[in-house]
Amino acid sequence: MTINRRPEIADPEGTTVERALHDLGYSGTSDVRMDRVVHLNVIGDDPATVQAQVEEMCRRLLANPVLEDFEVEVSE
Amino acid sequence: MRTAVVVFPGTNCEHDVVYALDSLGGEADLVWHRETDLADFDGVILPGGFAHGDYLRTGAIARFSPVMSEVRRMAESGAPVLGICNGFQVLCEAELLPGALIANRDLSFICRFVDVEVIDSETVLTRLATKGDRIRIPLNSYEGNWVDPSASGRVVLRYLDDPNGSHSGAAAVASDRGNVAGVMPHPERGIEDVLGSSDGQILLESFLQSLVAV
Repeated sequence: MTINRRPEIADPEGTTVERALHDLGYSGTSDVRMDRVVHLNVIGDDPATVQAQVEEMCRRLLANPVLEDFEVEVSE
Repeated sequence: MRTAVVVFPGTNCEHDVVYALDSLGGEADLVWHRETDLADFDGVILPGGFAHGDYLRTGAIARFSPVMSEVRRMAESGAPVLGICNGFQVLCEAELLPGALIANRDLSFICRFVDVEVIDSETVLTRLATKGDRIRIPLNSYEGNWVDPSASGRVVLRYLDDPNGSHSGAAAVASDRGNVAGVMPHPERGIEDVLGSSDGQILLESFLQSLVAV
C-alpha cells in the first residue's frame, strides 16, 4: 500500500528535498511529497477479502487518518 | 493521590517526571506499558522519549500498548491525563487529543528554552496559572509541529515565537473537558532555578491539584 500525506498537510521533509533538488539545478521541480510504501504478505484466497483486511490495517495502524490517505494494491 | 508514570520501551523522561512530582509534594510510581490495571491511581502521565523507537509514526505503536485501555478509561472518567512531548504524540495517535504531530517546520531537532503564554487556564495543566502568564521551559523535540486539520483543538499554551510551525503556535492542547492535555516542551525539566527555570512548577502543581479536584 502507498500511504501519502494529504495535500493540505505540510510535508517538511518533501519541502527540504525539493530545496536540495533546486540547489542541484532541477529548478522546475515542485510538489515533492515523501510518500511511504509498505509491502506485506497476507495469506488468503479471496483478493477482495485481503483488500478489505489490509484497508482495515491502514485505518487502524499504518496510516494516521488525521494526516494521511492510503491506496491498497493486491497482487498474487 | 497517586500518579502513574507510564514507561514504554524507549521512554526516557520517566525519572525526571517522578522526581518533579515528588519534589512538588506528589506521589508517583513508574508503571510498565504492559500493565492492565491502573485502578490504584488517580491520574496518569505519559512522559517523553521514543516509545517503541518512534517506529511507523511517533506514538503509533504505543497507542496499542496494553496500558492504553486504562489510560482511555481514566481520560473518559474525567481523571487527569497528561502527555509530555512523546506522551503528547501518543495521546494524539490514541485520539484522546485532536490533531497530530509532524516534523518541525525547519526539520531541525529543537533543544532550547522556549517562552509560552497561558491561553486557557481551566485545564489539568494550567488550573493554577492565569491567562496571559508567561512560562519558560525547555523544548526538546523533532516532531513537535502540531497540525489540526479539523481546527477543533483547545490551545492551552502558545509559543511566543512558534519555533516548530505548530498550528496556532500551540505548545499545549487539551481535550474538550480539559482533563486530558498534551504539552510539547518539558515542564519537569524546569522545576528548579538551577535547571535554568522553575516556571514548570505551576504546570505540574496544576496537574497535582487536579488529582484532588476530580
